[in-house]
Amino acid sequence: MAGLAAGIRLAMYDRKVLILEKHSIPGGLNSFYSIAGRKFDVGLHAVTNVVPPGHKGTPLPSLLRQLRIPRDAFDLNPQRSSRIAFPGADLRFTNSFGLLEEEVDRQFPGQIEAFRRFRKRILEASPGEGTGVSSRGILAESLPDPLLREMLLCPIMYYGASTAHDIDFSLFVTLWKSVFEEGFGRPLAGIRTIIRALLDRYREVGGTRRMKCGVRRILVDEGIACGVELEDGEELTADRIISTAGEPETRILCGAGEEDPAVQENIGRLAFAETISILSRQPEELGIKDTIVFFNDSPLFHYEQAASDIDLRSGVICCPNNYAYPEGTSLDEGILRVTTIASYENWTAYSQPDYEEAKERWFSRMVESALNFLPGVDPELIRSSTVFRDMFTPRTVRKYTGRLGGAIYGAGRKSPDGTTGVENLFLAGTDQGLLGIVGAMFSGVTIANRHVLMAGRK
Amino acid sequence: MTKEECKQVVLDIIAEIAPDEDLSNISPDVRLRDQLDLDSMDFLDIVMELRKQYGIEVPEEDYPQLASLDSCAEYLTPKFKEVSA
Repeated sequence: MAGLAAGIRLAMYDRKVLILEKHSIPGGLNSFYSIAGRKFDVGLHAVTNVVPPGHKGTPLPSLLRQLRIPRDAFDLNPQRSSRIAFPGADLRFTNSFGLLEEEVDRQFPGQIEAFRRFRKRILEASPGEGTGVSSRGILAESLPDPLLREMLLCPIMYYGASTAHDIDFSLFVTLWKSVFEEGFGRPLAGIRTIIRALLDRYREVGGTRRMKCGVRRILVDEGIACGVELEDGEELTADRIISTAGEPETRILCGAGEEDPAVQENIGRLAFAETISILSRQPEELGIKDTIVFFNDSPLFHYEQAASDIDLRSGVICCPNNYAYPEGTSLDEGILRVTTIASYENWTAYSQPDYEEAKERWFSRMVESALNFLPGVDPELIRSSTVFRDMFTPRTVRKYTGRLGGAIYGAGRKSPDGTTGVENLFLAGTDQGLLGIVGAMFSGVTIANRHVLMAGRK
Repeated sequence: MTKEECKQVVLDIIAEIAPDEDLSNISPDVRLRDQLDLDSMDFLDIVMELRKQYGIEVPEEDYPQLASLDSCAEYLTPKFKEVSA
């Protein structure tokens, strides 16, 4: 998505652009696939940064302007209501901040003033403020109640932290705004709607692309990138190259080995698995009312590399049906997705038969553990209503996206200015440090602007 | 091109890049940023459109010259004359 957005910007201003996509389907980390006629989204739980039309000064309207894509083309329908569920507390939130504030006030007596001051600090933070600063440190000095701190960290970490346990405060600020201040939305037809809008626009401005066209290496001459060699051996020259493959992955394309320390130390160590259950009934009829539920089974939030195949202690439940779609429209079938942290090492070590067997085994356990956080939902009813299921693991992520370590949130260390140390080669997307779907596209736009359009013609 | 025409060119470009802005009551002597919701990326696009549509180059150090319609006209009118000459 970052690549498509960058391509649109460049083609809009008459640059000769070619997008090379290794996969047969566009989208990268936010793509889709089909099994037996059903279409599944890969990454999308929710598009974050979703503000109502007319709400300016935030990333989404700014992005749409830069791409000159009308807002309607993305078909963003707001969430109904989401929740952070921990033992003993349950914070609901919607796209209006007021509900979260009320919930904190009601469930954490005496904390509301501190909570408001903390929010003010976030809203007043200047761009890039808090880089290199621990969010846990700032939370600890801002909010006296440890449970409230852990609960607020849960959605923030799950929707974008590539690091375990803690997150850089500058990223916390970005994610807080995208999740709590702005909010969640989803196109009725899923991520395909957004990808199609990008592709249509890219074609309209004259961009070209090649699918199933992997890059074997980036050609670097005396520290200056000058082209690419494709997997079929063809060489293409370029004045500038924007890579959305990831930071360590791009290093490898420039000639580093996978075992090089510079590659290894920046591979993201957080990998995820997800179960997708297709239900014969609308989830609401089965008692599932929430859009997204972020859960954790103890007062201390666990977000770290998994010690076993799956870490069942925390996770995210997503119900794509539970968005406020226009009257009279809905998804044909019910969908329930459960995401947890998973071990890349374990899942990639399995032989194929053992892998299939492990998926089978963990599928039920993941769904069961998640259902503990959906009170009033009968697990037996969910089981009997499940008509189809699929699951992705870190192995799937590595296979289809090429992300080392199966790390969907990318490298531990980001490159906020997009530079790589190689002249004329820039990073966009997840490893530039902007997160989520809007963030990925925004990243493509800013890198294209800064390093190509503003750099002038060659 | 007159200064008035030059202002219209800039307004037309803004209408294109920010179709959701109301441009009917713009004061020419007040900074555009203070009247409209335009960010630095939108100003970049004004520059990019000037180049694309009219072949006018605005170097980055001159971006502040585009602050208001009056200053745009002041700065751009001679440039329009240059390219049409």
